[in-house]
Amino acid sequence: MTFADQLIAFLYAAVLASVPLLYGTLGEILIEKSGNLNLGVEGMMYLGAITGFLASYLFGSPLIALAFSFLAGMAGAAIYAFITVTLKANQNVTGLTLTMFGTGVANFVGEVLKSTAPAGAVFMNEAVKAWLLPLNLGPLTQLPVVGKLLFNHSILTYLAIVTAVTLHLYLNHSSLGLNLRAVGENPAAADAMGVNVSRYKYIHILLGGGICGLGGAYISLVTALGNWQPDIVGGQGWIAMALVIFSSWSPLRAILGALVFGTLNVLHLYVPRDVVNIPGAFYSMLPFVVTALVLIFSSIRMKREHQQPAGCGVNYFREER
Amino acid sequence: MTDTPLAISLRGLTKTFGKVVANDHIDLDVRTGEILALLGENGSGKTTLMNMLSGTYQPDEGSIWIRGRRVNIRSPREAIDLGIGMIHQHFKLVDVFTARENILLGQKGRSAAPDEIVGRLQLSIDLNKKVYNMSVSEKQTVEIIKVISRGADILILDEPTAVLTPQEIDALFDLLRLMKQEGKAIVIITHKLEEVMAISDRVAVLHRGRNVGSVQTADADRFLLTEMMVGRQVGLSIQRAPMQAGNTILDIHQLKVLGPEGQPELQKVSFTLRAGEILGVAGVAGSGQRALCESIAGLQEIAGGSILLDGKRIDGLSPREIIKRGISMAFIPEDRLGMGLVGSMDIPDNLLLKTYRDQPGVLLRRKAAREEAQEMIDRLDIATPGLSTPVRKLSGGNVQKVLLGREINLSPRVLITAYPVRGLDIGASMTIYDMLNEQKQKGVGVLFIGEDLDVLLSLCDRIVVLSGGKVTAIVDSKFATKALLGMKMTGLATDKEDAYA
Ligand SMILES: Nc1ncnc2c1ncn2[C@@H]1O[C@H](COP(=O)(O)OP(=O)(O)OP(=O)(O)O)[C@@H](O)[C@H]1O
Ligand SMILES: [Mg+2]
Repeated sequence: MTFADQLIAFLYAAVLASVPLLYGTLGEILIEKSGNLNLGVEGMMYLGAITGFLASYLFGSPLIALAFSFLAGMAGAAIYAFITVTLKANQNVTGLTLTMFGTGVANFVGEVLKSTAPAGAVFMNEAVKAWLLPLNLGPLTQLPVVGKLLFNHSILTYLAIVTAVTLHLYLNHSSLGLNLRAVGENPAAADAMGVNVSRYKYIHILLGGGICGLGGAYISLVTALGNWQPDIVGGQGWIAMALVIFSSWSPLRAILGALVFGTLNVLHLYVPRDVVNIPGAFYSMLPFVVTALVLIFSSIRMKREHQQPAGCGVNYFREER
Repeated sequence: MTDTPLAISLRGLTKTFGKVVANDHIDLDVRTGEILALLGENGSGKTTLMNMLSGTYQPDEGSIWIRGRRVNIRSPREAIDLGIGMIHQHFKLVDVFTARENILLGQKGRSAAPDEIVGRLQLSIDLNKKVYNMSVSEKQTVEIIKVISRGADILILDEPTAVLTPQEIDALFDLLRLMKQEGKAIVIITHKLEEVMAISDRVAVLHRGRNVGSVQTADADRFLLTEMMVGRQVGLSIQRAPMQAGNTILDIHQLKVLGPEGQPELQKVSFTLRAGEILGVAGVAGSGQRALCESIAGLQEIAGGSILLDGKRIDGLSPREIIKRGISMAFIPEDRLGMGLVGSMDIPDNLLLKTYRDQPGVLLRRKAAREEAQEMIDRLDIATPGLSTPVRKLSGGNVQKVLLGREINLSPRVLITAYPVRGLDIGASMTIYDMLNEQKQKGVGVLFIGEDLDVLLSLCDRIVVLSGGKVTAIVDSKFATKALLGMKMTGLATDKEDAYA
């Protein structure tokens, strides 16, 4: 392989790795815009991963598998929403519990499936696999370099980008998005203007959870090619949390951020050992180092609009003062 | 007048918070085309009552009738749909939004365009400015447009004038009169009796959560209203305690302070403060008052000149060290949510915040703080359900008493207080003036940054006038007049006159 080929392979792998991160980030951005901090991204991704996996195995339909992943993420988010929005319990504790719950359930079900399946492995339905494989867009895909990098991806990759752009338009250019941002920034102000704070929180926490669930589906169906492994999400939900900060709550910057973090994720596979020899742990640390650096630099001169929604993490009681 | 239809009619409205009965079977009527002033001491339940109309609080008991129809107002949305608009005591604005976005928030198309309202009422506001860049009066204007754009014909204004300048208040009142002519019903809450006399048709008075009656404004005077409010007669003249002029304690010399963008906030500011005197600072809002307070307290760096305490320089010292040397500051910011108090902590703990470092050992001594707090509650007549109630739950005025009381408890040598009576009821204001006089007689040098010229003239010994960050006059208040101060405040006469100093 020439160096150019290697570079393309590296960048291609980076894109692959960035997709689940992007889903997790977009989901959490939507949730935080409603003024709730949900530390359960990892858990919701796990729920999406195992449910999508199971559904594809049972029904053999890609669309049903994805729908189940979305619903599973939403279900996790629904528990979280009920506990924080209706019961007004602590958001951090609830989110952490959701992560533990999702991780546990997914790993348990995955292990059971594996141990009961013939030959100790569950293979994904071929129809689902084919549907999720990189698309072949004919002449576009044939283009040199860009063909491979831009026009030869799974449909889930393009869906992620469409989601990001849609969220951007929704948040910044629609009146519903304006109301949502107000709920996240100052629920009392939104409430006084007649915006139904709880309804906005529920809807967007649930949608965000569904988007995280799709990220999980991508991990189990595309990254792992339907081959369930223990700890399959492996902290990508947490990296997505860091990415939310990195992309300063903007869905469009999240695309860029996910690419950067995806690159960092696959870096260790492509740096030749004989050139640079550093332990693997160093590479897994990189995303967090980069986030810390970005935080330091951006906090020096960050516009108020690019910061976390002011009401984030605090439950809203109308009669409280 | 009596046969005009009722816009609002409240019967037996009751609201409790835990043990606190904020509203106790209140009856109240407001007619269309009427401006009703709602008067009452701090914590008497004015905000609570109005919040039940705006759908923010749910009544425990009683009924609400709007235009003759009995209603249940379960949310702000339902209040809006009933044509009720409320401007809250503390702004409800999204900081990162522009004025326009704040106004359009939650609207469902049928509203009047913000630009049209701005044009019709000839308001001076840039609708595309972010709220976090706005002055308080601009924020107040946005709140007003918000309510008007919803087509509200019942308007509630909870202390809208507390942070406005006299000119802005005049403009607001013109607007209210206009709306009254359009047949709107208006309720306005204010602690300033002259405003009540100027704007209202009728006054209703609350005392400890009960409606103690209402009078036609034409039949009322300041003494009657105060008596209804407090339940006894109160002297309304501010006394100036005799001065035993001591030595100079604080000497400000050629002070220069720059703002965050490098623009000068104070230039060549020089004056002295003697022990046992109250030195007033007059000036239009934003003339450098905040920079002056903060640079003395060590919270803001100075760009030139010097600040001397007992002849020794204190500029450049840490705020902590400056407090230790005996300078105390109680600044009531324009948003009034007390600067330097922790809302979720109770009064004793807030006292400890300032003094815990002086205690020996690692464990806090709470008992002394509790006693001190109890003593303060009694002396300042602070309305609180108990010692362990978080200060956030107190009414706005009572929070302020805690703030000032804490500074005085430190027995400072120099006491800086900025706008200490903002939002305070008349009785509490008199208590604060008494407190300041008491400090003065103890030999404390008091720097009093004020808004009301009458108060400055009758309370202070001398007055420094600030205009655009410069001292335009230092006058002896015995010889000064409001007209003179007003002229100097606008900076019309630029030559410095300290002939009387
Ligand atoms: N949300 C709340 N939670 C607990 N207590 C409250 C709440 N709102 C009001 N109170 C209490 O009810 C009483 C009345 O408060 P309210 O704010 O209505 O007074 P106010 O007349 O508006 O006073 P001010 O002039 O200081 O604004 C106070 O004792 C206050 O502590
Ligand atoms: Mg009030």
